Amino acid sequence: MSALTPTRTASTSPATRIRRRPIPIGKMIAWAALLVVMLVSLFPFYWMLRTALSTNADLPTGAGNLLPVGLSISSFERVLGITQPTGTGGSTASLNFWLYLRNSIITSTLITAGQVFFSAMAAYAFARLRWPGREQAFFIFLTALMIPPIFITLPNFILIKNLGLLNTYAAIVLPYFFMTPFAIFFLRQFFLGISREVEESAMLDGAGHARIFFRLILPMSRTPILTLAMLTYITAWSDYFWPLLVGSDDNVRVLTVALGIFQAQTPQTGPDWSGLMAATLIAALPILILFLVIGRKVVENIGYSGIK
Amino acid sequence: MTTTLRPSPRTKPGNRSRPDKGSTPARKRSVRRPRTDLRAALIFITPAAVGFIAFFLVPAVLGIGYSFTDYRVFGPVNFVGLDNYAALFQDPLFWNALGVTLEYVVINIVVQTVLAVGVAVLMHRLTRSIVVRGIILLPYLVANVVVALVWFWIFDYSSGIANQVLAFFGVHPVSFFGSDVFAIPTIALVNVWRFMGYTALLIFAGLQTIPKEYYEAASLDGATENRMFWGITLPLLRPVLALVLVISVVGSFQIFDTVAVTTKGGPVNATRVIYYYIYELAFEKFKFGYASAISVVLLVILAAISLIQLRILRADKSDLG
Repeated sequence: MSALTPTRTASTSPATRIRRRPIPIGKMIAWAALLVVMLVSLFPFYWMLRTALSTNADLPTGAGNLLPVGLSISSFERVLGITQPTGTGGSTASLNFWLYLRNSIITSTLITAGQVFFSAMAAYAFARLRWPGREQAFFIFLTALMIPPIFITLPNFILIKNLGLLNTYAAIVLPYFFMTPFAIFFLRQFFLGISREVEESAMLDGAGHARIFFRLILPMSRTPILTLAMLTYITAWSDYFWPLLVGSDDNVRVLTVALGIFQAQTPQTGPDWSGLMAATLIAALPILILFLVIGRKVVENIGYSGIK
Repeated sequence: MTTTLRPSPRTKPGNRSRPDKGSTPARKRSVRRPRTDLRAALIFITPAAVGFIAFFLVPAVLGIGYSFTDYRVFGPVNFVGLDNYAALFQDPLFWNALGVTLEYVVINIVVQTVLAVGVAVLMHRLTRSIVVRGIILLPYLVANVVVALVWFWIFDYSSGIANQVLAFFGVHPVSFFGSDVFAIPTIALVNVWRFMGYTALLIFAGLQTIPKEYYEAASLDGATENRMFWGITLPLLRPVLALVLVISVVGSFQIFDTVAVTTKGGPVNATRVIYYYIYELAFEKFKFGYASAISVVLLVILAAISLIQLRILRADKSDLG
């Protein structure tokens, strides 16, 4: 909380002084404000690492130390199940990390692949094909954007339960597998912008809609599709509520749910902070790595997602 | 030499000119095209339509239906008319949940929006660095649960670094998550940390659409940065801001994850937000009917708030041109 205050006051004023030429003091203040924001963005990541590399026994005494206290990688080893928990420092909980990582990857990948592909198909129909009732159908899809998820979560839970799918991958994946209104809306905007001429010359060559969709529309929309896929992946990977309801069973448990349970198991009196931070860091790592690889494109394109 | 007005090198002209083409698909004489693509359209839309009907439309209708019953997952279902809604108005916990959620949303949205606009304007005027934007976006990549746990530790009463810093300045330790006064503001700010960067990037993209000539003309007239912000940036940003606000407010009402892994609604009822209350009713007390009624009320509240926001902010009209 305290860490956020300096940036709040800074956000309104520094821009006002940027353009004074002689000594760009306003500009320096503006940069300082931006640096503070970046620092606040980064600090918790460092703190996860610093705590994970500390030992629980040393954390209370070295609470103010910015470096790891009692430097050790035992927490990582414990959380990853490399060494057996010994019971020192409060907690004996371990995390079946590789299983939960696999579950997170399977469900997030299925959700992303299905949702982006099927939404792209629908967006193509809404943007490039002519058919009666198109605008009305699109409007109905759009209204779903306004529905708060919990409103459909309860009935969906009952549906999944009645289908006998509780605690399966299908349960976690299905509601997001075919579409979200956002994904269709997002891709439709891009497909609308592709020029008709390209499409029509392909038609002259005898290409059908399937061919145009796969060989023309999809390749031309690589960047927005990649951006949407990354956003979908982040959302799926971060989801907690739905997998908690339908997939808390150990063999389909995803990382977020596992973390919640891990936290619940750690004793209130002497929480296993070192282990918790090792676990959270490991849970966050796959997405961070993915972001390092394709983040550039995502950052450049993220704006389009919210606006048009 | 000011770098602030430099044209954006990465702007893709193709993307920028899209909306006007988009709203009216070019209706050139088509080359031997059939009157309608209905057959193809049906094939293309079927998977999405199946998902939409099965997991959005039918559940939405069912949700309203459940709200008029005493559905408890187990046992028979009885139609109870408006009983759930009557009970809801008498339920102090419901009103408490609504109040707590509103407090959360107001703090979360105000701080987040002010910060995001500030950061977006700073980036707009200072740098197009992809690294800066990447770092600002970083918190958004981390799951709510992870975010909650990290800040739960940073704000820990006895060993958290936040209280160590406070102690350094001679301030008594604060029980951030444990006091009924601080718990909601703390949770609200924790989520500001995750979503502020994403919001800032959306606004930043909106800023790119403002023609730079406006700023050039204004600075020729001797306008200060301050006046340009209030006179050009903010008015022209309004449509973008309106959409961002509507989306973040609706999203903000869904606060659950952070509460679920930290305070679990406590101390007492201080953080029992509406999502958490619905969750408890449905999955711990199995009062699905009653929980559905609260969801319906939440739906109505959100729809009303969205409409009012769009009306006030006139999101459909741009001040541009």
